Amino acid sequence: MDAGVWELLLNSVGPLVMGAIVGTIPLTVLSFVFGLAIALAVALARMSANRLVASVAAVYISIIRGTPLLVQLFIIFYALPMLGVVIDPYPSAVIAFSLNVGGYAAEAIRGSILAIPVGQWEAARTIGMGYTLTMRRVILPQAMRVAVPPLSNTFISLVKDTSLASSIMVTELLRRAQEIAAPSYQFLALYSLAALIYWLICSVLSLGQQRLERYLGRYVTV
Amino acid sequence: MSVVSVRSVRKAFGGHVVLHDVNLDVTEGSVTTLIGPSGSGKTTLLRCLNGLALPDAGIVRVNDVTIDYGAKPSREARKALAAQSGMVFQAHHLFPHRTALENVIEGPVYVQKEPVAQARERGMALLAQVGLAEKADSYPSQLSGGQQQRVGIARALALRPTLMLFDEPTSALDPETVGDVLTVLRDLAEQGWTMVVVTHEIRFAEQVADHVAFLDGGVIVEEGPPAQVLGDPTEPRTRRFLRRVLDPLADGREEQA
Repeated sequence: MDAGVWELLLNSVGPLVMGAIVGTIPLTVLSFVFGLAIALAVALARMSANRLVASVAAVYISIIRGTPLLVQLFIIFYALPMLGVVIDPYPSAVIAFSLNVGGYAAEAIRGSILAIPVGQWEAARTIGMGYTLTMRRVILPQAMRVAVPPLSNTFISLVKDTSLASSIMVTELLRRAQEIAAPSYQFLALYSLAALIYWLICSVLSLGQQRLERYLGRYVTV
Repeated sequence: MSVVSVRSVRKAFGGHVVLHDVNLDVTEGSVTTLIGPSGSGKTTLLRCLNGLALPDAGIVRVNDVTIDYGAKPSREARKALAAQSGMVFQAHHLFPHRTALENVIEGPVYVQKEPVAQARERGMALLAQVGLAEKADSYPSQLSGGQQQRVGIARALALRPTLMLFDEPTSALDPETVGDVLTVLRDLAEQGWTMVVVTHEIRFAEQVADHVAFLDGGVIVEEGPPAQVLGDPTEPRTRRFLRRVLDPLADGREEQA
């Protein structure tokens, strides 16, 4: 590679990192927070004794997992306007990713709740706790520990999935790389740099996952 | 008035009948032990007393809460019944993510809305009572089986129930820790707690119980004071069971002889 490419790369680090800071990272965090809230509700609904509630949740999970994320994103951004619902690119992306996380994480959360022994429910019952209190004080705190590995998977996937938002004109990391690469034809250099930054973000998150697992597992000695 | 009255309680799991029209009375301040072979229905009978098992028919009364299972019991009725008693499980079922003290004050603080400072003070006193004051800040996983079980007893006592239920509290323990737990049970009995204990500890039943009920095949075969049921049983099934429990090798010897 000649000196010009290196200079372009060096000059591109700033804009790409900015793309991550204003686009990729807040998109990921917002979508994950909303997504988890949706997921918890869907997981509880899926386990509900009410058949109707449970099947609505099952259908939701099925649709989310059974259709491509890019299609979900296009429906919200390109198709909804035909029904009169016009949403800006950035919120469209947040909505699409949140709904997507909600479907996938729901199953992880449901699995983690089912992993808690029935004796915990019985013990909570004998000290007078109802469903909500048992969930909040006994089951979910323990389920959280079980759910961290699968939810970390979802989180890290989400970081990379936000690159799809570049297709609806959201300014994020990949979109920045495209904007710089197109006029200069330096696709190899720019996309490699973008890949490197994604990898760095995900590596930091993996470290965070390990620390979180240690923290949540502090009461377990073996 | 008796604390517990069970009338014609019947319970089946699937097609398998676990309790056939069982009657049981527990007087205030007494220790009742339920003994019998595994599968005899003693644990199910105990669980009917706090609603962890729902009878298919019959009447269960604890203090002034009566549920007639002729109709489907309301949620409120079940909650009221459960609130009468404290329960200690064979496998302790402590909350693993909470320390010993946190386990004890969980019910008082979050269910009974007792002020935290007061609950902690009472919790510490209860842990001291079961000999575990210095383990207040330990997680269950850092305690031995006997210590876990004693925390479980403190947790149940913390809600100030009028009846204490014990489901084979020593069956899952190492032999050398069984004594610590039985000592706590004996102390509670001496303090006048009304207790129902499912157990295989015949010596404990002999020394501490006021009333022994022997169950087999879902019926109470024989009941009465320990000196009678354990010392001079009239039913062949009771005799056979006691012989097996007290001298596990006896049958083998008889067959060889």
